[in-house]
Amino acid sequence: MKLECKHVWEHISEYIDGSVDAKLREDIERHLEHCEICSAILDSTRNILVLTADDRTFELPVGYSERLHERLAKELLSFEKDSKKE
Amino acid sequence: MRTMETNETGLIARILAGEKELFHDLIRPYERMVYLTLFSIVKNETEAEDGAQETVISAYRHLASFRGEAKFSTWLTTIAINEGRKRLRKAKGAAEESIEEQAEDYEGDFTPAPMTDWREIPLEALERKELRELLGVAVAELPDIYRQVFTLRDLEELNVEETARALGINPGAVKVRLHRARMMLQKRLVPVLKTSAPARRGFFGRAQ
Repeated sequence: MKLECKHVWEHISEYIDGSVDAKLREDIERHLEHCEICSAILDSTRNILVLTADDRTFELPVGYSERLHERLAKELLSFEKDSKKE
Repeated sequence: MRTMETNETGLIARILAGEKELFHDLIRPYERMVYLTLFSIVKNETEAEDGAQETVISAYRHLASFRGEAKFSTWLTTIAINEGRKRLRKAKGAAEESIEEQAEDYEGDFTPAPMTDWREIPLEALERKELRELLGVAVAELPDIYRQVFTLRDLEELNVEETARALGINPGAVKVRLHRARMMLQKRLVPVLKTSAPARRGFFGRAQ
């Protein structure tokens, strides 16, 4: 089956995730071979996902981990005291 | 992955048996995930950090109720989501409609931006700090239901089932929301991505 661009766009996310069936995958790939526009959309979407997975894109506040473990350490201590009291 | 899960099961058993200090090690691989989950809901650094601390403490206090039918990471994410929603309700007041009620009827354009002058951008261009910052802003500005799914799937790399379970929605909704989120981001970022790519004027044999 010959796919139209719009049809490819609807499935682009699932195509990236590898969750389209074999037949549709084949149709999409055939379309991509000759369609510069859809190839560019696919590439740019993939680039965004590469950037998203980069730890530097979504940074944690400075000192987050230290403060978290400090708080946890206090909690562990108070829990211990509580159970000793009982 | 299997080794990690086996280690985790062992760690949890030891913590429950009294080696409490090991909870620090159990939680360490998920610190980032917990913070990002909170941030995707409350969209405020201080609130997200406070919420992350509460999540971890709550996980510690309720560890005995973790039965291992879900993965530890999914269980923890569920606690984080509940904590985030609780904070959101508090901030917005009880009158606010729940997150659950925002259905798929969000009206928007979910088609990608077509490009006629593009070549795959080189990895060096992705190194640009500016691009990462813009992506951060674009994600923060996604409608809530899309940002949450995008965060769990593409940032924290949970699978469809795990995301559905953690958010209490069905897998079909996860796929639809993820697709829309990705397309909205693509559309938003294409102008920036394009300027990062080497010019390729007249590729189709015509002027821009």
